[in-house]
Amino acid sequence: MMARRKLSNLYLVAVFVVLYAPIFYLLFYSFNSGGSMRNFESFTLDWYKEVFADTRLLIIVLNTFVIALLSSVISTILGIAGALAIHYIRKHQPKNTLLALNNVLIVSPDVIIGASFLILFTIIGIKLGFTSVLLSHIAFSVPIVVIMVLPKLQEMSPTLIDAARDLGASSWNVLTKVIMPYIKPGVFAGFFMALTYSLDDFAVTFFVTGNGFSTLSVEIYSRARQGISLSINALSTLIFLFTIVLVIGYYFLNQRNNRSTAVGEGRR
Amino acid sequence: MNARTRNIYLVPYLLWIALFVIAPIVLIVYYSLFNVEGQFTFSNYAKFFTPVYMQMTLSSFWYAFLITAFSLLVAYPAAYLLTKTKHKQLWLLLIILPSWINLLLKAYAFLGLFGTYGFVNSVLELVGIGTQQILFTDFSFVFVSVYIFIPFMILPIFNSLEELNPSLIYAARDLGASPWTTFRRVVFPLTLSGVKSGCQAVFIPALSLFMITRLIAGNRVITLGTAIEQHFLVTQDWGMGATIAVFLIIAMAVIMLLTGSRKRGLQDDGKKKAV
Repeated sequence: MMARRKLSNLYLVAVFVVLYAPIFYLLFYSFNSGGSMRNFESFTLDWYKEVFADTRLLIIVLNTFVIALLSSVISTILGIAGALAIHYIRKHQPKNTLLALNNVLIVSPDVIIGASFLILFTIIGIKLGFTSVLLSHIAFSVPIVVIMVLPKLQEMSPTLIDAARDLGASSWNVLTKVIMPYIKPGVFAGFFMALTYSLDDFAVTFFVTGNGFSTLSVEIYSRARQGISLSINALSTLIFLFTIVLVIGYYFLNQRNNRSTAVGEGRR
Repeated sequence: MNARTRNIYLVPYLLWIALFVIAPIVLIVYYSLFNVEGQFTFSNYAKFFTPVYMQMTLSSFWYAFLITAFSLLVAYPAAYLLTKTKHKQLWLLLIILPSWINLLLKAYAFLGLFGTYGFVNSVLELVGIGTQQILFTDFSFVFVSVYIFIPFMILPIFNSLEELNPSLIYAARDLGASPWTTFRRVVFPLTLSGVKSGCQAVFIPALSLFMITRLIAGNRVITLGTAIEQHFLVTQDWGMGATIAVFLIIAMAVIMLLTGSRKRGLQDDGKKKAV
C-alpha cells in the first residue's frame, strides 16, 4: 500500500515537473548574459532593460490590454443580454436552436474563426487593424459569457422577479436591483474568461490583424520564428508573473463568491 | 416578462449571431465555390479529392489521433490520482495554471529545450546516447502538442471522477471485484462522459493547429490548419482555403455527433440545476 502510494505520488510529481519545466526554463534563461538558451554565463537584467526600452513592444503590450479590456467589457454586456434572451424564451425548439448557435464559436477551431472573420471583414469593408481585432475578440467572447451567466439565471427563482413586479418595480429596476445582484458571480466569471481568452488568443488575431497593428501573441510568434532572443524570455517572465497575479485574484474572487452564496443560503 | 423588454435583450444577441456565427459559415461555403480568378467553379472540391490533399487530411487526422491518445493516456491517471490527494482543488489549479500561459511562449520554450545544444540534448549526452535531432521532427510536434493539451484533458476527467459516487466503488469491492475489474467495469464507464468531452476538447484543436507545426515541426508536418493558414495568408488562394475549412467544419460536426453533442450536456446541466 505504501509503495503504491509512493508510486502514484511520483507520477503526479512527474506530470507537474513536465508541465512546469518549460516555463521555468524560460524564466531561468531570461537572466542569462550569454544571449542564448544554452549555457548560463552570468546573471544579468539586461534583457529586462531591453524589454522596457523597446517602445514598439510597450505599445503592443498596451494594445493587447486595451483590446482585452474593451472586448471583455462589451462582450460581457452582450453576453448578459444573450443569456437573458435565451432564458426568457419559453418554447423548447427556438431555445435549443439559440443555444446550439451560441456554442458554434466555442467549439470551432481558431483557424476557421480567423479565416471566416477575415472574409467577413474584407466583404463588409472594415480595414484590418484595431477595429477588426476588437470586433473578432468581442465575437468569440460573447458565447463564453452566455455560458457562464445562463446557469445562474436558471438557478434564480422566478418568484423573486414576480415579487419585485408586484411591489411596483420597473423592468429596469428588476434588471439592476434583482437580476444583476443575483447573477453577479456568473458575470464576473464570464468577464474573467473573456479577458483571458482575449489575452491568450493568437490564431484569430493572426488572421484579422493587418500590417500596422499587432498584439503580444502575434509579436511573440513573429519574433520566435526568427529564432531565440532572450528578450522574449524576459517578456515571458513578466507575463508569467502577471498571470499568477490574475489567477490568485480570480481564485480569491471565486472563494469570496462561494462564501457569500453559502452565507446567503444559511440565512435562508 | 413582457415582449418588449425581451426583445431589447434578444435583438443585439440575434444581431451578433447573424453577423458572427451564421454569416461567416455562409461566407466560407460561398468562397469555396470560387477559384483564384474569382470564377464560379467546383474545381476546389475536385482538387481536395486529389491524392495530395487526401494524404494531408489523413496525416492530419493521424496526428490529431496520436495527440489525443497520448493526452488521454497521461491525463487519466493524473486526474485519477489528483482526486485522491489532499487539497485537490489547489493541485487542480496548479495543473490548470500552465494553460493560462500563452501557448506561443510554451512552444518557444521548447525551441530552447529541444535545440541542438538544449537541455534535453545535454542530458542525452550525459547518459551516453549522444546528441539527437529533436526539433523539427514528428516526435517534437506530438510531444509539444500533448504538453499543451494535457490540462484540457485532465479538467473534464477530473470533474467526472469527482461526480462519481464513491459508494459504487465500495459496492464493487464488497461484491468481490478486483481493483482492475472495478476500474474497468465501474469507474471508467461512469467517467466516459468526461473522457469524451476531453477528447473533443483536444481532437478538434489538434486538427487545426498551425503555429506549433510552424515553430516546432518546421513545416514538416502539414495539418488541415496549416493548409488553411497557408492558403489564406500566403498564397492568397482563399477559395481553396475555404474548401479545406468546409471539410474541417464537416469533420468537426461528425466528431461532435460521435462524442455526444455538447448541447445535450448543457441542457442536462440546466435541468439538474433547475431541480
